[in-house]
Amino acid sequence: MSEQVPVLQARGLVKRYGKVTAIDGADFDLLPGEILAVVGDNGAGKSSLIKALSGAVVPDAGEILVDGEAVRFSGPLDARRHGIETVYQDLALAPAQDIATNVFLGRERRRSGPLGSVFRLLDAGGMRAEAARILGELDIKIKSMTQAVETLSGGQRQGIAVARAAAFGSRVVIMDEPTAALGVAESAKVLDLIQRIRDRGLPVVLISHNMPHVFEIADRVHVHRLGRRVGVVSPRERTMNEVVGLITGALALSDNGELVEVYR
Amino acid sequence: MGRRGSIGRGAAALTAAAIALMGTACTSQKAGDTGRGNADGKIKVGLVTKTDSNPFFVALRDAARAQATKDGAELIALAGKFDGDNEGQVAALENLVQQGVDAIMITPSNSTGILGAIKKAREKGVLVLALDTETEPKDAVDATFATDNLAAGRSQGAYVKAGLAGKEPKLLMLDGAPGGTVDEMRHRGFLAGIGLAEGDSKIVGKESTNGDQNKAQQAMENLLQRATDVNAVYTINEPAARGGYAALAARGRAAQVLVGSIDGGCQGVQDVKDGKYAVTVMQFPKKMAEQGVQAAVEFTKSGKKPSGFVDTGSVVITDKPVPGIESKDTAWGLQNCWG
Amino acid sequence: MSTKTKGNVSEFVLRTPAVGPAIALVAAVVVFSLTTNTFLDSDNLSLIVQQSLVVGTLALGQTLVILTGGIDLANAATAVLGTLLMAKLVVGGVPGTVALVTGIAAAVAIGALIGGIVTGASLPPFIVTLGMLTIVTAVSRIYAEGRSYPVTDDTLAFLGTRQYLFGHVEVTVGMGLALLMFVGAWYALTKTAWGKHVYAVGNDPEAARLSGINVRRTVLSVYVVAGLVYGIAAWQALGRVPNADPNAFQMGNLDSITAVVLGGTSLFGGRGSVIGTLVGALIVAVLRSGLTQAGIDSLYQDVATGVLVIVAVAVDRFSRRKQR
Repeated sequence: MSEQVPVLQARGLVKRYGKVTAIDGADFDLLPGEILAVVGDNGAGKSSLIKALSGAVVPDAGEILVDGEAVRFSGPLDARRHGIETVYQDLALAPAQDIATNVFLGRERRRSGPLGSVFRLLDAGGMRAEAARILGELDIKIKSMTQAVETLSGGQRQGIAVARAAAFGSRVVIMDEPTAALGVAESAKVLDLIQRIRDRGLPVVLISHNMPHVFEIADRVHVHRLGRRVGVVSPRERTMNEVVGLITGALALSDNGELVEVYR
Repeated sequence: MGRRGSIGRGAAALTAAAIALMGTACTSQKAGDTGRGNADGKIKVGLVTKTDSNPFFVALRDAARAQATKDGAELIALAGKFDGDNEGQVAALENLVQQGVDAIMITPSNSTGILGAIKKAREKGVLVLALDTETEPKDAVDATFATDNLAAGRSQGAYVKAGLAGKEPKLLMLDGAPGGTVDEMRHRGFLAGIGLAEGDSKIVGKESTNGDQNKAQQAMENLLQRATDVNAVYTINEPAARGGYAALAARGRAAQVLVGSIDGGCQGVQDVKDGKYAVTVMQFPKKMAEQGVQAAVEFTKSGKKPSGFVDTGSVVITDKPVPGIESKDTAWGLQNCWG
Repeated sequence: MSTKTKGNVSEFVLRTPAVGPAIALVAAVVVFSLTTNTFLDSDNLSLIVQQSLVVGTLALGQTLVILTGGIDLANAATAVLGTLLMAKLVVGGVPGTVALVTGIAAAVAIGALIGGIVTGASLPPFIVTLGMLTIVTAVSRIYAEGRSYPVTDDTLAFLGTRQYLFGHVEVTVGMGLALLMFVGAWYALTKTAWGKHVYAVGNDPEAARLSGINVRRTVLSVYVVAGLVYGIAAWQALGRVPNADPNAFQMGNLDSITAVVLGGTSLFGGRGSVIGTLVGALIVAVLRSGLTQAGIDSLYQDVATGVLVIVAVAVDRFSRRKQR
């Protein structure tokens, strides 16, 4: 596993907002085909890290590598061009628009021929069919692609956003708290969805507060504290309590990978 | 989804009901006093004023309504939304013609802007009379009932000249709206009356006020800032005169400055009585409206058309008469004022 | 409505926000047709459309701006400056077509300037266009030198003077142009990616940005297109009243907003349609015409229009709250 080239990597990222340091020399590694959970306390800088990786925030220092190559993201579009798709916590959907429009928002398809090139006519039927196919493939059950997103339940909306990311992400899908606003049944569906994406070979970065969810599906857990990574552990080798200890700083990871208690 | 659909339709139905309600409310109101159109031969006269808000046009409308009632005619009063609403006046003309009125009286916002609509109305046999403001050309309408604004301006100018009693004028001019026909005529008339040419150095300042008291006050304050030795002020109308007076009084200059005005509104006459300004030239909107309605009724009954310019006259109102200028005092003015 | 929609009426209503206003329009026409005997004839219907042309065109541009979540208080002032440029240039000996293009270009430039400030400095459109309203109005008055300019050139008056008879209905070129513009705008908004982006930006600008839409460029493009529409509104205005008057259309901004709101477009952005706006503009003209036919004075007509605006907004609010 150690000889694998990480799909997405960060070295020594720094981001400051005035006097506040949101990212303080953080490292990050996402390996092919894995679900990597990113956990940390409120204010640990998870969101800032994820924004930097998805291009929504430009770091002040450090580098980001995609498949081992250094890249610079100056906006979400740059990250998307590298195949990195993000499902934001507030989903970034246009509520009044229909499902097909939302799935293809920002990358609409035009009809072929002069209708598309001269009259800029969108391939509405094609996009609807494609959206239905994408949702169907991920087993998201919605009757009509012409339904407005605001008429859907929270879980269904999450499904649309995840499906959009999965459909267009060729390298990485990043999900920010996908289950935070959902009930038990809907959460289970979304977790299932995330695993299906991983099973299709697409690595997933999962930011979550919910330890049971993390331990249910993550292959590795990246623990973030005070703006940097304090360790990466396997959920099969460590308990939830140990991870919580890392998050709060009660435990630390020694150089040889052993957990040690921190006395203050 | 069905839920939302039914709400959409409910909303539409509500809006439709609101319109229907307004429609029926209006018609039931009308049902009492009129049958339809020619069924009972009732004469219908349309009135289109510049606005609904100016007291002058309110006086005009009220007088027209009173005269119409007296003559057994129906009056439909429409107006532009603001001074300069040519589009609104054109639509009003079109709708009145469509409604089947026999005659239309109009105070045009712009003397050329609405000629096309007037022409169409006349082609359909509707008598069109201009009230208060002439059209350009004058014969675009059948007849005009208005103050001779050039003469009214001249009266104001002549009075101010006599009032200065040989002193050299240092004149400020509070004009109306730029480009307004009436505004231009009063301005020119005043200069003729006082004996000054446009651009004379004795005119120490002029500002557009749109005949608005606040704007006039502001304009006068600004003018006084740079012209301190003013002794005469021309104003387009009485609100402008009031604004000008307020600015002068605030500077303690009201007594040394001779302010003239035009209109003959009751408040204006009272102002003259109170000595705020020396003179106002009264015009007679009631006469315009009454004579207009009478002409329209006469036309409908006998086919006889009025023609040309009918001067409804103007009278100098002052409590300080000057030799050579015929004038009435404010007591007479208060009996004959409008608004 | 395509036959493919399985005849699902509620879905049609749901997907077509202009249906409510359209029903209101039909209701108004029916009421006035029944209660007066001068309302329903071909001449009058043609007149009503002609009376809606300028405000309708202004409202078309206004709809685009409002869909992005903005508002344009300077639209009528822009058109008035356009009319003055067109008419006064001709007086100065410039050929009609050149004057026309200059007037429209000026309106586009004002739109670009507003859009540039709104997007470049991230200032609220209300404030920017309020300032621009004052500036453009003053520039118009300065340029007009205190007078109005009768139109002497056929090109400038063309939209109103060239008429064709279809059966008994008098159709002006301006009516055709307006129809073309509304259909074009409907197409651009619903059938192209640009339109999807306009709606998305108005719906939630941050979501649009995160979806990869260039929000600034989209908003800027809307103000430029709106400027073009206002330039054409200026041309329409000269077709209706062949006289460029610096005092004209002082209420045009509010009248256009009235039409937009009556058409069911939300002032919060992201919801609405230009077809609704067309219907909204027609409702105002139908109300004015119909109430005049019924012998109602204009002051009461204003009351009726005002009531309708409030009802329309209340309905919008009510239906959106229920949806959530």
